[in-house]
Amino acid sequence: MTEAPARRQFIAFVKRECPTCTLVAPVLAELASHLDLTVISQDDPTFPPNLPVTDDTNLDLSWQHRIETVPTVLRLRDGVEEQRVIGWHREEWTQLTGVRDLGAGLPDWRPGCGSRTVDPALAPGLRVRFERSRLHARRVELAALEDEVEAAFARGWTDGLPVVPPTEGRVLDMLEGTRRDASEVVAVVPPDLVECTVEKVAINAVMAGCKPEYLPVVLAAVEAACTDEFNIHGLLATTMPAGPVLIVNGPIRREIGMNSGINVFGQGKRANVTIGRALQLVIRNVGGGRPGEVDRATFGNPGKIAFCFAEDEEGSPWPPLAVDLGAQPGTNTVTLFPGEAPRSIVDQLSRDPESLARSFAVNLRTLHHPKLAMAFDCILAIGPEHARVFGAAGWSKAQLTNRLHELLQIPGEELVRGAGGIAEGLPEHFRDVVVPKFHPGGLLIVHCGGGAGLFSAMIGGWVNGPMGSQPVMKEITS
Amino acid sequence: MSTRDSEQSANRVLLDPTSERAPALRARLPRPQSISGLTVGLLDISKPRGDLFLDRIEQHLVARGATVKRFRKPTFTKPAPIDLRRQIAASCQLVIEALAD
Repeated sequence: MTEAPARRQFIAFVKRECPTCTLVAPVLAELASHLDLTVISQDDPTFPPNLPVTDDTNLDLSWQHRIETVPTVLRLRDGVEEQRVIGWHREEWTQLTGVRDLGAGLPDWRPGCGSRTVDPALAPGLRVRFERSRLHARRVELAALEDEVEAAFARGWTDGLPVVPPTEGRVLDMLEGTRRDASEVVAVVPPDLVECTVEKVAINAVMAGCKPEYLPVVLAAVEAACTDEFNIHGLLATTMPAGPVLIVNGPIRREIGMNSGINVFGQGKRANVTIGRALQLVIRNVGGGRPGEVDRATFGNPGKIAFCFAEDEEGSPWPPLAVDLGAQPGTNTVTLFPGEAPRSIVDQLSRDPESLARSFAVNLRTLHHPKLAMAFDCILAIGPEHARVFGAAGWSKAQLTNRLHELLQIPGEELVRGAGGIAEGLPEHFRDVVVPKFHPGGLLIVHCGGGAGLFSAMIGGWVNGPMGSQPVMKEITS
Repeated sequence: MSTRDSEQSANRVLLDPTSERAPALRARLPRPQSISGLTVGLLDISKPRGDLFLDRIEQHLVARGATVKRFRKPTFTKPAPIDLRRQIAASCQLVIEALAD
């Protein structure tokens, strides 16, 4: 308290409807006689009585000062806020104002009431009124009789399912999910090579049905998809049935309610489905990647609507996928893999790790074609009941991976064109060599799925390497 | 305008989720009456045997009086590099790019 009180300004936000504001009305009158105090009323400019009151029934000032509770008293020095108190608390008000013996006869403390700016009936409209200038996307005005959901279909914005209409209010709410600026460019999105801003991602995330807290995951996924390594352009354009598969690791899985358990690849969990869908909508709407145009998939797969899941890290005998790919434990990451639909591996009898590894190997051998090798990666999703077999036997993930690679060394004579009476296969010069089904690092292991069922699953990849797509992990930042 | 009115009118406005490349704003050039004397670029996207197909196309174009320039993308899986696109635009009046499989 070194400055003279006269150099300070005070502003008090109140509303008549609030009992605490009524309680402190005499205190405000007392302060007004000592200090440069402006009283601002949110609901009634005649309250508090016998004081000059600034009318803020349109809530401009309350919004501008980010008032969430009334009464709130601000102390300004040279017009800049330096401190605020919320509700009635005699000690805090005394400390803020420097005026002693405030509110004789009042209780020491009373909580305040909600500011009208946070009234659920008003807040969305207020956000649009005060913050719409943050949004730069083209406004599409709907005709009076036009249905919002049908309007999105008519404009070609959907993946075949209805979307949530991206109103200014919803998009502004979505942008609250990130600290990044709405106009920041996230990535250049193929196939049209369009600079995609945080705002455009937010619009598509709204349409997909995301909550604001999912947005950081979607942003990281868009960044990962548009790297040269992941090559979403080629993945989109290929005739093969693959699309981006998103695997989320780190504490954010639990914070946003992702599923890593029962029905992990299926329907029913908002975060899983809408995050995966948001990425696909960005590719479609911002990048211009649409089936029948640049997307030339012969079959596609249902996962091209959305294919996103979390790893069950807590129940796993092993470190998570993100750590295998170089992340620090506990980091929030999303890993993109160019994957086809998952395929079940059933083995209900193996109780020792060698037998189960062999089961995995004979299934993995068939990926895309039993006579094709090295060209494709694969996610091996190990269910909890299978993982327990390896965990109980003390097998590390590296041990399992190494054993699978050993079991998947295939004599070239089985693979060459014509072998087994099948024209498909590797060129003749592989006949006398042993060929690995997967190149080193081409087998990614994740732990997920429900607790009952001696099953695992494999998710085959598109062409790997620099000509195709490589798995890409990105850290999720707020 | 009350806050309630503002909210309701905002719901009748949607934000465009696309790249906002308005359709048909950029009109196509008129088709030439003849290709005689024009330079035609043929872009090979590097799919196997695409060159056989383009060789045949080149013979037809040359027979009709066109000059043909051949270009090649490093890989069919990625967009043509920007320098290649500029080179084609600068040196040709017409371009034929086709997907083959």
